Amino acid sequence: MKIVLNGKSHETASTDLASLLAEIDFADAIVATALNGEFVSVDQRDGVSLQPGDRVEIVAPMQGG
Amino acid sequence: MLEFYGKRFGSRLLLGTARYPSPAILADAVRASTCEIVTVSLRRESGDMRAGQDFWALMKELGTHILPNTAGCHSAREAVTTARMAREVFATSWIKLEVIGDSDTLQPDPFGLVEAARILCSEGFEVFPYMNDDLVVAEKLVEAGCRVLMPWGAPIGSGRGLNNPYALRTMRAHFPDITLVVDAGLGVPSHAAAAMELGYDAVLVNTAVAKAGDPVAMARAFAAAVEAGRLAFEADPIDALDMAVPSTPLLGKALL
Repeated sequence: MKIVLNGKSHETASTDLASLLAEIDFADAIVATALNGEFVSVDQRDGVSLQPGDRVEIVAPMQGG
Repeated sequence: MLEFYGKRFGSRLLLGTARYPSPAILADAVRASTCEIVTVSLRRESGDMRAGQDFWALMKELGTHILPNTAGCHSAREAVTTARMAREVFATSWIKLEVIGDSDTLQPDPFGLVEAARILCSEGFEVFPYMNDDLVVAEKLVEAGCRVLMPWGAPIGSGRGLNNPYALRTMRAHFPDITLVVDAGLGVPSHAAAAMELGYDAVLVNTAVAKAGDPVAMARAFAAAVEAGRLAFEADPIDALDMAVPSTPLLGKALL
């Protein structure tokens, strides 16, 4: 199915957020996630199923003022 | 000593980590400033670059306290979600809360700011709100649970210094027990010293250091100015007068 990952169209076979992170090799990365604008904690990721068209955001520490 | 939500610090300079020429210069500037708190953000991580992972490794190496921000958020909802993500990633309940209301001046949206502050304080966050210098907004933020307020000196990155010293002085007088930080708009160390002379507890600087010709030297200069300004405040400066008062005694002057 197609989802929107960090603003770009992304084809995935993953059905939940934890699997998606593993699929893109982010399983061990220091990142936070949001699904359709709502925060999804690390503990919740494998219980959150993905639907076509979902908007997933994956963010990491970055320089800031 | 400077205190933020029960934690005490020796340095009254907070440093942003953005816009430096390189990670190495950023690290050297942080060390030169002797600051104990740096601000960071959250941004999209791309699969191949992994820039965030490298940046985080550098921050851990520096060992400073981390103050994550919600920079770039234009609504309370966006800022709250970003804060929740930051709490997980950085393992801190501190959040520098930014809700921007105007894209040209990056002026805070006071309505969205108060709304987000209420939600975050109720969820146990320790909120550092980036705000304008409006006393009523400040009151609402304190009512929401903020024990720190961070009024701007001038628009972010503008380097204009303290646009409204009167408002900043009034805020200091009005909130003697709140930790006050001038955040944004400082351009040169004398601006930081002026904020500290007003009795502010700390200043937060980013662009003025990062974009200086020599960021490491400028970091050192800001640290010295912050210390000088604080010492001056504690030494109780004289009041300004309109007319001259001779400093050399007239008594005993020769009649020539």
